[in-house]
Parts: sequence; C-alpha cells; structure tokens
Amino acid sequence: MHKPADAGRSERDVYKDRSMVLQKEMIARHFERLERAPETKEPVVYTFVPGNLTELVRSFGCLPLLPEINALQSGMRGKSGDYIAEAEKAGHSEDVCTYVKCDIGMLKTGNIGPTGTRLPKPDLLLLSYTGCYTFMKWFELLREEYDCPTVFLQIPYQGDGTLSPEHRKYMEDQLRETLIPALEKVSGRPYDEDRLRRNLALSAQAEDDLVAVLHSAKQKPSPIDAYFGGVYYVGPIFSAFRGTEEGAEYYRVLRQEVEARAAQGLGPITPDGPLEEEKYRLVFEGPPNWTSFRDFWGMFAGEGAVSVASTYTKVGGTYDFGFRHDPEDPLGTLADYCSGCYTNLNLPGRVDMLVKYIEEYQADGFLINSVKSCNSFSAGQLMMLREVEKRTGQPGGFIESDLVDPRYFSAANIKNRVESYLQMIDARRAGKTA
Amino acid sequence: MTRASIIDWARTLFEDLDFGSVRRWLAENPGRKAAGYLPVYIPREIPHACGMLPVGIHGGGDHLEIIKGDAFYQSYICHLPRSVIELAQSGRLDMLSAVLFPSTCDVIRNLSGMWQMLYPDLYVRYVDVPQVLDHEVGTAFWREEMHSILCGLAEVSGHMPSDDDLRQSISIYNQARSEIRALYAMRRDEPWNVPTEELYLLMRAGEVVPVEQFIEMSRAYRKAAVEEPGRMRDNSRVVVNGSFCEQPPLGLIKTIERAGCYIVDDDLLLGNRFLTDDVALDGDPLDALASAFIEHSCKSSVIYECRQDGKKKLLAEKVEQAKADGVIFAAPSFCDPALLDRPMLRKGAEASGIPCIAFKYAENSGQFQQFREQAGTFADSIKLWGGQ
Repeated sequence: MHKPADAGRSERDVYKDRSMVLQKEMIARHFERLERAPETKEPVVYTFVPGNLTELVRSFGCLPLLPEINALQSGMRGKSGDYIAEAEKAGHSEDVCTYVKCDIGMLKTGNIGPTGTRLPKPDLLLLSYTGCYTFMKWFELLREEYDCPTVFLQIPYQGDGTLSPEHRKYMEDQLRETLIPALEKVSGRPYDEDRLRRNLALSAQAEDDLVAVLHSAKQKPSPIDAYFGGVYYVGPIFSAFRGTEEGAEYYRVLRQEVEARAAQGLGPITPDGPLEEEKYRLVFEGPPNWTSFRDFWGMFAGEGAVSVASTYTKVGGTYDFGFRHDPEDPLGTLADYCSGCYTNLNLPGRVDMLVKYIEEYQADGFLINSVKSCNSFSAGQLMMLREVEKRTGQPGGFIESDLVDPRYFSAANIKNRVESYLQMIDARRAGKTA
Repeated sequence: MTRASIIDWARTLFEDLDFGSVRRWLAENPGRKAAGYLPVYIPREIPHACGMLPVGIHGGGDHLEIIKGDAFYQSYICHLPRSVIELAQSGRLDMLSAVLFPSTCDVIRNLSGMWQMLYPDLYVRYVDVPQVLDHEVGTAFWREEMHSILCGLAEVSGHMPSDDDLRQSISIYNQARSEIRALYAMRRDEPWNVPTEELYLLMRAGEVVPVEQFIEMSRAYRKAAVEEPGRMRDNSRVVVNGSFCEQPPLGLIKTIERAGCYIVDDDLLLGNRFLTDDVALDGDPLDALASAFIEHSCKSSVIYECRQDGKKKLLAEKVEQAKADGVIFAAPSFCDPALLDRPMLRKGAEASGIPCIAFKYAENSGQFQQFREQAGTFADSIKLWGGQ
C-alpha cells in the first residue's frame, strides 16, 4: 500500500518541479554572495525567520543570513548530528534547542554553510525577539563568538490575542530609535524610506501569489502539499528574498505552476513524483523533522495523505489571514508583521487557526508533530490536540520527533503511529457510511 | 519568637499545597481576592495596591502526586507546569481570582494560553516584561503594561487604587526587599547562622502570606538568628545558579549544605528581590516602578543581557560579592533559560579560575545521593586545592 522509505536515493532520483529548481538556484546565488561578502564589503546581518525584517535590512544593502535556515539545511544534508555532538562536547545541554547546537557546532567546525560555501561573520546580529525565547539565548551565545554589535528588538507576545496600539508603538519606537541607526552605522548608508517602500511593495506582490498557492489546497484534490511541499514554498519569503525582485518572480512562477496543476485536477508533486490519488486530507501543526524529511514525507505520501494546510508555514508570517506588507506605512507594517507571526500568537489563537483550517480546507483530521527542541511550539500541544478535536469532531494524531537531532527520529515508531492514525480515519469513515 | 517557631510556621506554609493561609486570609473578609503569579518577576505592588493578596505559584514540589498534569505535557518539558496544572485541576488554586504569567520562558508563556482555555472566567494575563533597557522606550512600554494589569486587576478586585495607594504598596515592598537584602547579607556574612534551608522556607512563606506579615516574621527571624547562633563549620562557600523558576526540592538544598557547602548566594525565588534597589516614592508611581525595573533589575537568564561581556562577568562578580569559593549550577531539567545560559556563565566563571560543578534536578527529585556525592567532592576539592 505504501512505498518503502528510500533514504539512500540520490538527488538525481528526486522529482522536482520548476519552482524548486528556481529556488535552489536563488539560494545557491545568495550563499555565493554571502561567501564573497568579506571581499565585496556587503554587510551581513544575522537574524531569525519569525519577525525577520528583510525589506528593511536589504534597503541598507545588507545581506540577511538566517541561522535557523542553516540549521535545518544542515539537518536535511545529514550534517546536524555531528554539529550537535560538537556543541554538546563544548558544554551545551542535551535538553535544549538543537537548532542552536547545530549552529554552534557548525561554527566550531569551520562555519561551512549548507551549500558548502564558507559563511561570513556577521556585521550585525539582529535579534528580532519574536515568538521564541531561545532566540535571545542563541544570539547571546553567538555574540560571544563574534566581535560585532547586537541589536535587540522586542516583539511583544499577543498574550490576549490582539496587537495593542501601545505594543505597535513600542515596536515602531525600537525600529526608529535603535535598529535603523544600527543599520545606518553598519552599512554606512542613510535610511532610505522610498527604497524600503519599494521592497515592501515587492513583498506584498509575492505574498498575494503565495496566498493563492496556499488557498489552492481547498480544491479536491489539492494541487499542493501544504506542509512538506509548503516548506519549500515558504522558503524564499521566510528567508532572504522577501522584498526582492527575484523573490517576487519566484512566487509568480510558483503560482502559475500550481494553478496549472489545479486546472488539470492534479495532486501535489512529491519527491517520488505526482501523487496519484488523494486519500486523506490533513492539517499539520508543528515543524517537520528535517533529518529524515524525505522519509517522513514518504510515510504520508505513500498512503495518499496530503497536507492541505499547516501552521508551521506561518511562522514567518500569517499571510493567508489577510496580512500584507503595506508600503504606505513602512515601520507600522513591519511591526504588524512581526507581531502576527504564528509562534507569537497565543494558544487560543493557534487553536482557532487549526479549527479554521480543518473546516475551510475540509480536512479529515489533523496531525501534530511535536518536536523536542521547541518549547515555543510544543508546550501546550497536547491541550491543543484535545481542544481542536472537541471543536471540530475530527481526529487528531500526535507524533514526537525533533528538528535536527537525528537521535530523536524513530522511523519505525512514527510510521506505526501514522498508519494507526490513518486507519482510525478509515474506521471513522466506515462508521459514518455504515 | 524562637528560630524553631518561625521555621515551623514557614514549613507549615511551604508544605500546605491547599494554600490554607490564602484561604483563611480570603475568609476573613468575603470581599477579598487573591492573584496568583508564576515565576520569575511580577510587580507585586500592583495586586497589593488593588487590595489583593499576591500568591506565588511555585509548583507542587516533591509532595504532589501528578495525576492529571502529565496528560498536558510531553516528557521533554520541565516539571513545573505539570504540577501547576495538577494544583489547578485538583481544585487547589480555585481561590484565585486572577493569575499572572510573566515572560520567563515559552513554557510559562504557553501555560498562560492553556489557562485562558481551561479557566475562561478567570482574569489571566501574560506579562511581557521589557527586555529593552533603553530608558525612555523601555519605561514607556513597561509603564503601559503595568497600567493595563492594574486596570484588569482593579476590575477583578473592585478597587481602583489611587496613586497614594500605589505609593503605599511600593513603600511596603521596598521594606520587604530591604528585609530580604538584609537576610541575604546576613547569610553571606554568617552562613552558619542562616542555613539556606531556613532562609528558603522563610522566602517560600513570603510567597503566600501578606507582605506585612512576611516583614514581621523576617525581622523576628533575624533577631532569633543573632540570639540563637549556629555552629560555624569548615564548609566551602558556594553560589547556586539556575534555580530561579522551577524550585529544587528542599531535600536538595539540605543535601548541598550537609555535603559541606555553605550557600552564600543563590537565585532561588528570585522574583522577590528582582528589583535590587528601592523604588522611588515621589512622582508617578507606575513611572517609578517602570524606571526601577529598567535601572535596577537584577541580572538573570530571563532578561536580555545587553553588556557584550555580561554573561562572562556575571558569576565572577557574584562570587566576588559573596566571597564564595565556587559555583554550583543547579538547574531544572529542560529549563531553557538556565541551560542555555549555562555554557556562557560557566565559561566566564572558569576563565576567572572559579571551580564549578553542574547538575540537573526536577522539583520532585527524590534521590539525593548523587547530589550529595557531587557536592561533597566539590566541597572537598575546594578545601584541598582551593578556588581562585
């Protein structure tokens, strides 16, 4: 019924559509540019995915570099286990975030990035403190390794489910009083609001196209996989390419591609080729495991299970709920963006989002991948499971793994759970039709 | 009052997981309300000024059987939230009219959302303390946050405090902080007269009784400690770091002391002394509280360290102030703030020639043999080979 896991398959065998190839080329170019930064003198700004301020950073001619992306890429390329071991050898606890340890380990072993190029030292650590406590410690740790300034930008948590005008002002004040002067100093350029507005307009354009792609999953069969495929779709907009021409072009191509598939009634592209039959429509909560990403995807794709929506793909922005970067209000819109990232929402808000996805995308159920590394995501997920089940009447599944620590991906256990979960959906269906 | 009677009083409060003292305080006047808070820092002056009893919720320790709490958390999440949930689900916190969740870590942050879902009729507030230490921006934010909490709690209690009410509360908490500083100084100077087990019990009592009563008992304890001195031992002097949120079992504190260590500084129950200096009593009281936080909050894993070399220096500074010989890193398992900080702090301490050991615990740890051996060996090694 399902296809066997094929971790040993070479990259040549993996089915890729055009947008994926395009993205790979964009990333390769970006990392080459980063490698050359010490010679070209382009300032490098390290920052995080949630609450990233790429439009602003790029308006100063700076290059963004995102340690989380490096960590997950290292996980996908089988390098993270050694990096984590290196960090633990240096005294980092086995209990804490493996993204951090992967990054520290990579740094301690030469700082060769995921694409094989050397990563430049940061000229600025932009600590955009959005929805994750560990971010603060991560850059405190990195700061010890680099002789560069750190700017702290506090994004208040949406504890009561809304962004208050006072919190918005607090963020704008910090942007104006702290971050912009720091970027001016690092880049040697004055703040150019017109340039920022142009970048924001490009972001909004890309966001429109991304949302069209995400919404396409409402169709049956869904032309996309919104979790495993979704992490590729959000790659450019979550990282260095929001607010750029090439980012906007990527999303234009992606949208065309997905709309063409939807028009033909085709299912999503998986690493093993187009999915022939959509048997289960699922909503996913939590980040994926990266070290066995393809095996993990295969466990679902092999059973005809498709993700029609996921929360993880909203950690870098909740565009499908209407947010767009607004060139008319450059700093205010950046504050709105940061505040609205998924892990900055309170638990009732996260439950609401899952319920809405299940209803709007007509899902058969939802599955939580709870990762050991990430308390921001994981703490409370068992309660979310019960709440969502209660409100939707749809069954929830619960899997445990990790982000990039290969020791915590137990393929046999996870596969068993996935199969049992899908059988439960089958049983419910049978019960309804009986 | 004798030392023993004061400690008996404190121990009874510490062991009472039904919060009987809070319930009695509430029963004395039917209009009274109590506001719970989780670690680490909440401006207790605000619930106090609203006429409420601030009540520290520090989990169930090693005396609470977890029946329901484990169903809420995966195995890789610290123990504190599951025992807090257990307390709540078993009705032990049903006397609280409000609960405040400070921005200590993502687990406590998310617990605020769970509370909102579990107890929709309760006033539940996540409290984002300022991480930005720019005076103008940080105080403006924190003042606004506190004002919002004040309005929320005033609605619950039915009493909107005036500026004078707030000043009065600030004044009484200034006295409490001054008392705590005096107790800590006394232990630092004469640790044989202020065993940490006793100091800790007194601090825990301060989390559940009215602040006025705590001040009175603290003064009585200091007096008793002078009148009934302990016997000086040839112990090593250590700073304990990493225990600011989930509290270690009392047995662990006793074990460290019995293994030959005088604890001369610690971060247990840090919230009661988070502000290191008096809060001004003139001007706008919320401005004064906000300003005190930005200017005089203690260095902690839960607050961004703005000094580039701050983490490196922190323990060397603490060790010097406490005249300590070494550092014991004692952190709860899966505690992000403490465990992510540890490599930086330890590296800095060891670079200054300070001996360190590290272990992890859970609030319900029941076996102390390994801690006894580790702490005992540490104390002996300091005696044999010295520290700095």
